[in-house]
Amino acid sequence: MNDGVLSNLLIGVSLTLVLVGAAAVVFSHHPSKQAVVLSGYGLLLTILFVVLQAPDVALSQVAIGTAVVPLIVVLAIRKVSDIRAEHRGITDGQEEK
Amino acid sequence: MTRRIRLIVLGLGIVAFAVSMALAFTGMPQFGGDLHAYRDAAVAATYAHDTANAVSSINFDQRGFDTFGEETILFCAVIGVAALLRPVYRERRREVSEAGHVLESTNLLVYFLFPLTVVLAVNVLAHGAVTPGGGFQGGVILSTGIHLLYVGGRYSLLRKLRPLAWFHQGEALGVVLFGALGITGAALGSALFANVIPQGQLGDFISSGTVPLFNIAVGMTVCSSVIVLLASFLDQALAIRAERVSDPGRTPRSGYEEGSAS
Repeated sequence: MNDGVLSNLLIGVSLTLVLVGAAAVVFSHHPSKQAVVLSGYGLLLTILFVVLQAPDVALSQVAIGTAVVPLIVVLAIRKVSDIRAEHRGITDGQEEK
Repeated sequence: MTRRIRLIVLGLGIVAFAVSMALAFTGMPQFGGDLHAYRDAAVAATYAHDTANAVSSINFDQRGFDTFGEETILFCAVIGVAALLRPVYRERRREVSEAGHVLESTNLLVYFLFPLTVVLAVNVLAHGAVTPGGGFQGGVILSTGIHLLYVGGRYSLLRKLRPLAWFHQGEALGVVLFGALGITGAALGSALFANVIPQGQLGDFISSGTVPLFNIAVGMTVCSSVIVLLASFLDQALAIRAERVSDPGRTPRSGYEEGSAS
């Protein structure tokens, strides 16, 4: 009985943490900051999966959700800002002429 | 269709959806309850094939064809990304300089964590049939471990340690191996993806028949896929640049038409 209460409490706490983390991801405005927050959110999800006794899913989540996906997002943001900088450079050059 | 009729149709749809969802949720077994029809069937089948990790048994033994489909989806998605992100017309690769300062503590951490991650990945992959983990997890851990070198500021070292052509082939080879194992099951056993190898003792390192072999095949595909995927993104972000427009008379539009005509 005591054991059940404790595990329910753990599930409740980790679910709340996931909810807070998801809100933090949605409400962070700058995309590059969002990628870092997303990584932290991935870690919270991992904790939830461990608490729910799904270690296989937790292993996948910790590798994909906290490392690979944020890295892809950061690289995409970098590329987009590079392209923007290049466009700005080209239009500035034409204005000089 | 006037706006009013549209709203009525929308309202009907929402009401029907809400009613069916309410019926479905009230009819569901309680959270954390003891009634699990699927678990009872799956765990019995897992023990019948002496596989200690029930998840691996379900993925590779009990519904191997499903997993084959999932692996193919991953394979196709990565091919799509690699095709979209390759250097195209008016883009060129440039040398990536090793500029940028990396903290010494970061360097130390990379030296320490890189071998550790590789060993962990091989461990997770090899024990996939016995403990939590398996081909997918091991493959992902291995590929992220290799990319630690990029965190340590060594893009050139990463490129040397990661012969991309090998991983292009490794990705395909994993899918082929998976399919071949499935067909072997059909040829020697009763059905496609049947577990035809003797399963041995529950909990042994070499047990549960074909499951470790499937783990290796999936590990190859997943590790190669993530490496090819990240390589495409890294290449785009660091090395590939649009060519400078030297002739101001040539607008990008005319260049685009040339590209599509050829």
